[in-house]
Amino acid sequence: MMKSADVATTNGTEPATPTRSAKAAGAVATWADERLGLGTAMKKQLRKVFPDHWSFMLGEIALWSFVILLLTGVFLTLFFDPSMTEVQYNGSYDPLRGVHMSRAMASTLEISFDVRGGLLMRQMHHWAAMIFIAAMMIHLLRVYLTGAFRKPRELNWIIGCLLLLLGTIEGFTGYSLPDDLLSGTGVRAADGFMKASPVVGTYMSFFLFGGEFPGDQIIPRLYAAHILLIPGLLLALITAHMLLLVYHKHTQWPGPGRTEENVVGYPLLPVYMAKAGGFFFIVFGMTALLGGLFTLNPVWKYGPYDPSKVTAGSQPDWYMGWPDGLLRIIPPWETHIWGVTLSWNIMLPILIAPPLMLMVLIALPFLEQWITGDKREHHLLQRPRNAPTRTAVMAALITFYGLSWAAGGNDIIAIKMHLSINQITYFLRGAVIIGPIIAFMITRRWCISLQRHDQEKLLHGYETGVIVRSPDGGYAEKHLPISETKAYTLTARDREEVYTANGTADEAGVAAPGGKVAEVAKKIRSKLSALMFADNVQKPTAEELHEAQHHADHELHELEHQIATGPNKHGPTDDDH
Amino acid sequence: MTDAHDTSNDDANSGGGGELVPQEPIPDPGLPAHTWRPTDVDPKKEKRAEIQVAALFGLSAICTILFVVAYFTYDIGDNWHVIGGLGASTVALGATLGLALLFIGVAVIQWARKLMGDHEIIELRHPASSPEEDRATTLAALKVGIEEASIARRPLIRNSMLGALGLLGLPAVVLLRDLGTLPGDKLEHTIWGQGGRKIKTVENGKEVTVTVPKMRVARDAIGTPILASDLEIGDLVNAQPEVLFNPTRYHMEHADVEGVELQIHKSKASLILLRMEPADIKPGKGRENWDVNGIVAYSKICTHVGCPISLNERTTHHLLCPCHQSTFDLTDSGRVVFGPAGRPLPQLPLEVDEQGYLVAQSDFTEPVGPSYWERDYERDRFAEGD
Amino acid sequence: MRLLNRSAGRLSRHRRGPIAGLVVLLLGLLLTGGLYAAFAPAQADSTQSQEELVEEGRELFIVGCAFCHGQNGEGVLTQGGDQYGPALTDVGAAAVDFQVGTGRMPMAAPGNQAPRKEVVYTDDEIAALSAYVASLGTGPSIPDAELYDPDTLSDEEYDEYVTRGGQIFLANCTACHNFEGSGGAMPRGGYAPKIRGVDPKHIYEAMLTGPQSMDTFSDGNIPPDDKKAVIAYLDTLNEQPNYGGFTFGNLGPVSDGLVAWLVGIGGLVGFAVWIAAHTTRTSKEKDGADA
Repeated sequence: MMKSADVATTNGTEPATPTRSAKAAGAVATWADERLGLGTAMKKQLRKVFPDHWSFMLGEIALWSFVILLLTGVFLTLFFDPSMTEVQYNGSYDPLRGVHMSRAMASTLEISFDVRGGLLMRQMHHWAAMIFIAAMMIHLLRVYLTGAFRKPRELNWIIGCLLLLLGTIEGFTGYSLPDDLLSGTGVRAADGFMKASPVVGTYMSFFLFGGEFPGDQIIPRLYAAHILLIPGLLLALITAHMLLLVYHKHTQWPGPGRTEENVVGYPLLPVYMAKAGGFFFIVFGMTALLGGLFTLNPVWKYGPYDPSKVTAGSQPDWYMGWPDGLLRIIPPWETHIWGVTLSWNIMLPILIAPPLMLMVLIALPFLEQWITGDKREHHLLQRPRNAPTRTAVMAALITFYGLSWAAGGNDIIAIKMHLSINQITYFLRGAVIIGPIIAFMITRRWCISLQRHDQEKLLHGYETGVIVRSPDGGYAEKHLPISETKAYTLTARDREEVYTANGTADEAGVAAPGGKVAEVAKKIRSKLSALMFADNVQKPTAEELHEAQHHADHELHELEHQIATGPNKHGPTDDDH
Repeated sequence: MTDAHDTSNDDANSGGGGELVPQEPIPDPGLPAHTWRPTDVDPKKEKRAEIQVAALFGLSAICTILFVVAYFTYDIGDNWHVIGGLGASTVALGATLGLALLFIGVAVIQWARKLMGDHEIIELRHPASSPEEDRATTLAALKVGIEEASIARRPLIRNSMLGALGLLGLPAVVLLRDLGTLPGDKLEHTIWGQGGRKIKTVENGKEVTVTVPKMRVARDAIGTPILASDLEIGDLVNAQPEVLFNPTRYHMEHADVEGVELQIHKSKASLILLRMEPADIKPGKGRENWDVNGIVAYSKICTHVGCPISLNERTTHHLLCPCHQSTFDLTDSGRVVFGPAGRPLPQLPLEVDEQGYLVAQSDFTEPVGPSYWERDYERDRFAEGD
Repeated sequence: MRLLNRSAGRLSRHRRGPIAGLVVLLLGLLLTGGLYAAFAPAQADSTQSQEELVEEGRELFIVGCAFCHGQNGEGVLTQGGDQYGPALTDVGAAAVDFQVGTGRMPMAAPGNQAPRKEVVYTDDEIAALSAYVASLGTGPSIPDAELYDPDTLSDEEYDEYVTRGGQIFLANCTACHNFEGSGGAMPRGGYAPKIRGVDPKHIYEAMLTGPQSMDTFSDGNIPPDDKKAVIAYLDTLNEQPNYGGFTFGNLGPVSDGLVAWLVGIGGLVGFAVWIAAHTTRTSKEKDGADA
């Protein structure tokens, strides 16, 4: 058991003996404190507690990738020229020498072939971008699946969702800058998306491109967005995200001594600072290794953008893969009515689906709160199995995402697995609808059965694998009780109640205020509440547990007795004769 | 954290969190006792860990020096050094930098794991909301402020202010007007229409009307015009209007087909030329004379989102888009046979000029490329690919 | 092979250097002499051997090809009227040299896609088969090395051909065969094969004859010199180093995305697990510590 001396204090247990350097440092600290009041500001922060768990470091991958993006990006801006003025390439890469291209492409080639370390920095920047968005996504999954988005962290959830959106846009603008064949094809598709927008489509396109596609404005404009506007927003939102993290303090897994009112872990100074700082170097090092060892986007092979050229395997970067996949599997729906054209085959996959997905993500915490009516603060995490419906919702979303994503690589799947691209497309058209439903059902059942398994362990102990035969020929497995720590951790969760609609109406004797709409809303809420909680396994009460343990003790005693007296005594070989 | 207190004696019903219903099945046993690491109790192991961490920092320093050496050793540009088929500079710089950084990271974390104090400590949480008292004070201040501003009592001022502020959105919108030109009918025409037009020029001091020659079809990237007799059955030519390579023949300036202009023209005028057995063609209504001996021409720009398409299957004459796999039947007026595209590929009517070169009879009869809101489908004479 | 070689940036390749020039000269002399010795005196029986060659080819054809292509190469139709094996009367020697020389023919099973596989016939037999099929009608003949071999170009020419060829390649070939010649998917299970590392002669013949579902790029479509330029560009793709490190089949962003997830995120999550994992513990107590 812990003694009070171990509880967080702002200083060590014993005062350090002052040395000369410490004195100098103290002088600096005094100087700074007299001007900035650092003493008060840092009082609580220096030894701020962060709980330790690998899944709490996923967001950090995203954070550090962003820092790497800033560093490598600054290097690239020193050499990159975002101009679409046509020049004749005259650099070191022979196969393109003499070819006309934009200055943007020419300077990208210069970075790659005439600046030492330039190609490394380009590739690191690109790898870091791909990891940045991937890390944001797995961080989002962790936060969602453990219930870390619940009050008071809903706003941070929204900020996170916006970061994911901005990161994706930032990635797309960066992908477009080199003005090579692949990025140009991407920009051309983006032009098609814009033109498909109802009413204002062509105007949006002409304004963005400074005239007709491709014009000579798009890259300078995307560049401004890529290095100033969006990074500025990202930086601001990341700051807000971090400040809220500090204010709310980190969530933690339930366990002995870990409650809703405290946070147990290591202090920022020195342990967490070392771990987080060390992780920065690891993410940076990993990115450098990827950038140095693995080719990414060899623009010299794609050549400059030319609207008449295209290459097989024209794909966006992975994070744009899922809307691109939807674009591939959407049936040819186009409406011609009242003299206008509505391109559903573009609007649904790219103008409607991604914003809708974002809105669903943002709405999830509020939807859950509305169904549960839970207004309490939550700082203890839930295991995914203990929120079966929530977990199943995310499984459905992931399945939808994954299948759409696979559709985005249908041509590569076709050649690598010797399948017909047409068959893959037909299959995925059905699978993106049915797959998520199946995933929802399977995941929900799976979680509930895991809950039952936990309950079993709690009530009857864990399975030892020792099979005992009773004198009357029956077989039973020996169970032993689990440790107190484990048992407590399993029970450290809320009891859930299904919301029923007829509460207020009955009390007042009349319909609740709000009339019919409110009534319907309540009915829906109670249905959803039943879906969320009705099938879940609730933890046992103290009496139930006591009784079960008593029963298990008795059974164990009986088995022990049988082992001592029964045929098992002589081992199984005797039975054979 | 000055209010730290001992949690180990909390019993389950209060310490397990106020939210939990009473009657917790198992009381909170409290934080388990601290256990020591080998490095805490064994000075030898401690020393070893210390050396280990220092060695990792040392390795990092070596890698950093190697990075600088690699920077100055390996050439790029005209004469790349190559290691095992890879660009030596990129690989060496990346590997040394990566390892230098990784070693620092691993060293620091190893230091934290083995040598830094590892007592878990407890910090107490507070509700995210501000104390009731603070909230009341703030609300009172807010109320006084609004009262003193008299905004509620003077709706005239409030409304005129809101109106004026709202109107300020207008400059923000208006200022964006010059971002680009208006679409007009630009999307409905391509440079193919420049062939065969009549222009007025001055010849020998007299103003005369000249007919520009019909637009020849030229090989893309090569630039030479194509004789109908050049092509064999089964040939596929990626083609462009000849004006892009030879503007003077069509009374246009070089500047009209260079730089941005060139890209704009190519993005609409690119062509796929196919020679098939004349018997294979199922001409649409009014398209009976659009081919020349089985040579047909279609827009290369996909009608879905505008990727250039030229993945043709010679045996079926099915053209596939590499971006989203829309497939068009080029024997049958470019009808969509598979994929997301909603309209057939526009066909360019062909004929031959006096010298036997392939020329376009006219511009495309419908806008090429992806659909857009104002696109007037009534004018697609062959929208259904009949 | 040397581990470290300077070169590829300018694509100067093996022909650079004073000794290389001498070697080429000597080889050239030897080759000319040898070719003269081989062919010059044989002028008289050349027609004779040509007839023999055709006859030898016919025999091979009847054994190996006639089942699908007919006794006289007239083609075979299925009962439904579809092509079983197409007629070979006007495909020419180049088509045979390509199909048999790359192992595509004889096919293991009839179908639209003839995958490249182990070559079944010897060079002489392929020459005989080509001669026989060429004798059946018209069609392109096997090209001379002069037409396709980029090694016949001088250094200055080579650079010019590569640049021009790259643009023609991107305009005509990449749509199906991908920017690096890695191949790509076609409708209904078809695919455009990988063309990196393929013998220049076979590339030239493929353009000329349009094997299987491929379009033809006849000399009227892409002139011979431009075909050679494309081959020169493919040659640099084979020769040039991977400036940016290892590649994953050069398939574009899909494989890059996989690497970002598997290596990048996978590796970093692995580190995260290590960072947060509990260190080994001991049952011993630290002296004088208040734990």
